[in-house]
Amino acid sequence: MKILVGYKRVVDYNVRIQVKPDGSGVVTDGVKLSANPFDDIALEEALRLREKGLAEEVVIVGIGPADLTAHLRNGLAMGANRAIHVQTTDAVSPLAAARTFLKLIEKEQPSLVILGKQAIDDDANQTGQMLAALWDRPQATFASKVEIAGGKVTVTREVDAGLETIEAELPAVITTDLRLNEPRFIKLPDIMKAKSKPIDVIELGSLGVEVADHIKTTHYAAPPKRSKGVMVKDAAELVAALKQKGLL
Amino acid sequence: MTKILVIAEHLDGKLNGATARAVSAAVATTPESIDVIVLSDAPEAIAAEAAKIEGVSKVLTVARAENAHGLAAVLAPQIAKAAAGYSHVFAPSTTFGKDLAPRVAALLGVSQVSDVMSVEGSHTFKRPIYAGNAIVTVEVDAASTVVATIRTASWPAAASTNSSASVEALTLDVTLPSHTRFVDLQQGKSDRPDLQGAAKVVSGGRGVGSKENFEIIYKFADKIGAGVGASRAAVDAGYCPNEMQVGQTGKIIAPELYMAIGISGAIQHLTGIKDAGTIVAINKDGEAPIFEIADIGLVGDLFKILPELEAAIGQ
Repeated sequence: MKILVGYKRVVDYNVRIQVKPDGSGVVTDGVKLSANPFDDIALEEALRLREKGLAEEVVIVGIGPADLTAHLRNGLAMGANRAIHVQTTDAVSPLAAARTFLKLIEKEQPSLVILGKQAIDDDANQTGQMLAALWDRPQATFASKVEIAGGKVTVTREVDAGLETIEAELPAVITTDLRLNEPRFIKLPDIMKAKSKPIDVIELGSLGVEVADHIKTTHYAAPPKRSKGVMVKDAAELVAALKQKGLL
Repeated sequence: MTKILVIAEHLDGKLNGATARAVSAAVATTPESIDVIVLSDAPEAIAAEAAKIEGVSKVLTVARAENAHGLAAVLAPQIAKAAAGYSHVFAPSTTFGKDLAPRVAALLGVSQVSDVMSVEGSHTFKRPIYAGNAIVTVEVDAASTVVATIRTASWPAAASTNSSASVEALTLDVTLPSHTRFVDLQQGKSDRPDLQGAAKVVSGGRGVGSKENFEIIYKFADKIGAGVGASRAAVDAGYCPNEMQVGQTGKIIAPELYMAIGISGAIQHLTGIKDAGTIVAINKDGEAPIFEIADIGLVGDLFKILPELEAAIGQ
């Protein structure tokens, strides 16, 4: 069985995001970029399935500009067998990303596609669900446990009410939640080994994917700031302050 | 013409309060009509609840045995079919809506606007990105169906009225997939107010120290009639179950009072509570980032302060 994993590069989660003064975007020049944390979890899960003997090949997919190579090498160093780099300099919407994955699926015929539940830049939380719809296959979003047996995958999902378990026939799309696993660290010898692993480069334009987005972002703004609060010295003062506000 | 279809969320035969919040966002879009669609194996009681939400024109029910468990793969093709004639489809931005709405959008061949915070026009919305550290204005092409999820913390629940909107049973000729099956749902059993609807929420973080110690958070919450939440660190450490997590990837809430106990305040947590009325922070580290956004801060040992608070409130 082959597993396709979405591997997106985003602004590192520790970076304090600054909105440009003219509202045209956020500052990304000179900012640290890393793998989307949910995608590291997706890759880790795929590697564990391979290590259990349930999969033979793990292929990571990145969509982005030419300099995405270094990021994909990290995924290869983590343990992916090979990478597909869909090259474009344009921003790609979740729907366009889903359509791109569908094209790759037609060629690669994976049994499982694992994506992060959301990317921490646009926080859209859409691509996996859209891909499953276009592919007309099951989706198991927000996964915290994945078990494969007998051509089926059983997934425990983190939902608002608690933990939901569903069963889906393969092939299927899974999106990862935080507690699915803890991704491994990359070791130095693995970085060396990754240098010889193949990266297929495909121009997005050559896939014949409809990429035009009918949603335009017209303005970026910093969020409204909360006004500076007060410090109280003890429990009695806190209770008095809350009573004064009518909150107790 | 603006006509909005709102997807009702429900569980155990009851309408989820997030639905009325999505209706509020629909009202703000000033449409000609707002219809709510209820897909269930037994939609009647849920539809009757939805019909009482102010602003709702009509409730559509789709009764099918396959709709018993709200599986996105099963519901999406039905909603995509029912969406014909509507300019907008809204769902609450809960795990239910987040799972379902993009699948509907893809079937309709459109992108989705996630987490609508405000409506600026029938096709113009504001939404958060980067864990709420930037707010973007987005414009949907006027010719496209708008599929959007509604950030529930940004919207009050639409009031309920005494009069009822009409309820209409819908028969949709859609073949449903059988490739996805529900197995079970383990629900946290609690008599406490629901985290997403509670007027007061008390949350514990890593500073609480253990699952056993978390009792002190529950006890204090019960004293003031609050729902209970937690930081990611507390959930990861196993102090409490996942459904209690508040933050970027957990629940986004907007209670009148939020009390963060032993929570340092990572940006991913702060994004989940920014819309709270009053934020109180209790932490032994006076430099903790939570104090930067707290309205009232108290530096000290939570194990000493919480009993003192209970005593002071009790007087």
